[in-house]
Amino acid sequence: MTARRLVDLVPHAVLILGVLIFAFPIYMTLIGSTWDAATIARGNMPLTPGGEMANNYAHAWNESRGERAVFTPVRIMMLNSVVMALTIAVGKIVISILSAFAIAFFRFPGRMVFFWMIFITLMLPVEVRIIPTYKVVADLGLIDSYAGLTIPLIASATATLLFRQFFLTIPDELVEAAKMDGAGPMRFFLDVLLPLSRTNIAALFVILFIYGWNQYLWPLLITTSREMQTVVVGIVAMIGNGESATDWNLIMATTMLAMLPPVAVVVLMQRWFVKGLVDSEK
Amino acid sequence: MQRRVVFENKWLPYLLLAPQVAITLVFFHWPAAQAIEQSMLLQDAFGLRQTFVWFENFEVVLSDPNYLGTMRVTAIFSAAVTVLSMALALLFAVLANAHIVGRGTYKTLLIWPYAVAPAVAAVLWLFIFNPEIGVLGRALNNIGLRWDYRLNDAQALFMVVAASAWKQVSYNFIFFLAGLQAIPRSLLEAAAIDGAGPVRRFWTVTFPLLSPTTFFLLVVNVVYAFFETFGVIHALTRGGPGKATETLIYRVYLDGVINNDMGSSSAQSVLLMLVVVALTAIQFRFIERKVHYA
Repeated sequence: MTARRLVDLVPHAVLILGVLIFAFPIYMTLIGSTWDAATIARGNMPLTPGGEMANNYAHAWNESRGERAVFTPVRIMMLNSVVMALTIAVGKIVISILSAFAIAFFRFPGRMVFFWMIFITLMLPVEVRIIPTYKVVADLGLIDSYAGLTIPLIASATATLLFRQFFLTIPDELVEAAKMDGAGPMRFFLDVLLPLSRTNIAALFVILFIYGWNQYLWPLLITTSREMQTVVVGIVAMIGNGESATDWNLIMATTMLAMLPPVAVVVLMQRWFVKGLVDSEK
Repeated sequence: MQRRVVFENKWLPYLLLAPQVAITLVFFHWPAAQAIEQSMLLQDAFGLRQTFVWFENFEVVLSDPNYLGTMRVTAIFSAAVTVLSMALALLFAVLANAHIVGRGTYKTLLIWPYAVAPAVAAVLWLFIFNPEIGVLGRALNNIGLRWDYRLNDAQALFMVVAASAWKQVSYNFIFFLAGLQAIPRSLLEAAAIDGAGPVRRFWTVTFPLLSPTTFFLLVVNVVYAFFETFGVIHALTRGGPGKATETLIYRVYLDGVINNDMGSSSAQSVLLMLVVVALTAIQFRFIERKVHYA
């Protein structure tokens, strides 16, 4: 019987090990954010928390100068990241649900042309067309602006396809009933379609918020002033080339703060998140 | 493709489509067309004049031994990231899917790394494996391993692979778990009654039934390794030491942004577009086939 018990414990042991391996880097970052720069730089940081936590976070949040380097205050970078992530998430959802509504509920000349025009964008991630897109944004004078940071990333075939897929499952009777009640297309959209799409919207929001928050190459190119820097780009900029002295305590505090919003969204909205991920990739 | 009952309106559908079509045209089709045009132009040293050179930029790129080296690095890197992150994810998903206590807790504790940006994942690993200040970096040096990923090619590659895979496991885990939960219990029970042990049940029943998920993830992970890991490489190694961790997308960035060689960078972009189109086409063919026997 005890041998059987031991076998039952193996899955738990492996999973716990996995969880620990995944959590270890975060733990070290958390510890790093509670010591002073000198202790970390000496290379003998203990594995238990130090006493500088409040100082480090307040410093990183407000100040633009560490002991050793200059950087953008985290509150500014976080604001930029929030604006970017929210604009991309909301923007993608709004334009996608409108175009999916047009494609699914109307019959008009050029419908399939438009569908394919949107569909083909599915194939090319922004990184592939990064340089020419940068050029277009530069020609439009949108460098170093929120518009340049967000609008080029808003076009999304994924969200459009997801909404279209869902709209095709809505029973014809519902549309007929609405028509019989004298509802026009926009009334139907607002009073019937939007409420029915709530789950899909929530699921997409989680995915797109994280997508926007975690962008790297695009903001790296588009933002040129410190005031426009996003937090993910900012952390790497704080590390620099690793040659010069580094405020590791502040970098670790910034890293913890930068992970907080997206991780919170995933953990708190776990159900929507898993649904959104699995649905949008189908 | 189309609903039976639709609304009648001459101009409303165009109005509804306008925002997405406008953004797509300006920031997608236009730059993509420019990339193709630019890839066939050669700029003089002062950037004043451009000549149309057909496929010369492609010839230059593809006959450059450095580019072939970058392709090799990308292949090794992508294969390592894909295999490592998928194998770990499958292991965790199979274990978490078994009838064990705390399945929900394990799930929550394993999916959150999805939310961590690739560049941030790189910073986490850098802090641990830095040879001077990192806990494990110092430990490796103390036992005499001469650990410094900034100088050693293999160690640099290990770092970018580890950070990239660490972040991607949670994504694969979610899909494998969803795939496992869709497998009918009765099939596994039947196999158990026939006397198949857990390992045999996995390889003869579970694994084949998971193949649509596995194949889908294969494509997604290769795309991830090709493009989204730019942040990892930029934060950790900047493609170095030498060109040991320079992937194709990093090279596009170097040539286009740092070296300002638009022709070459655009030719490389077009080559990458072809890769993605090929991968997507493979995936669609497969999904169609999946529908057949589903």
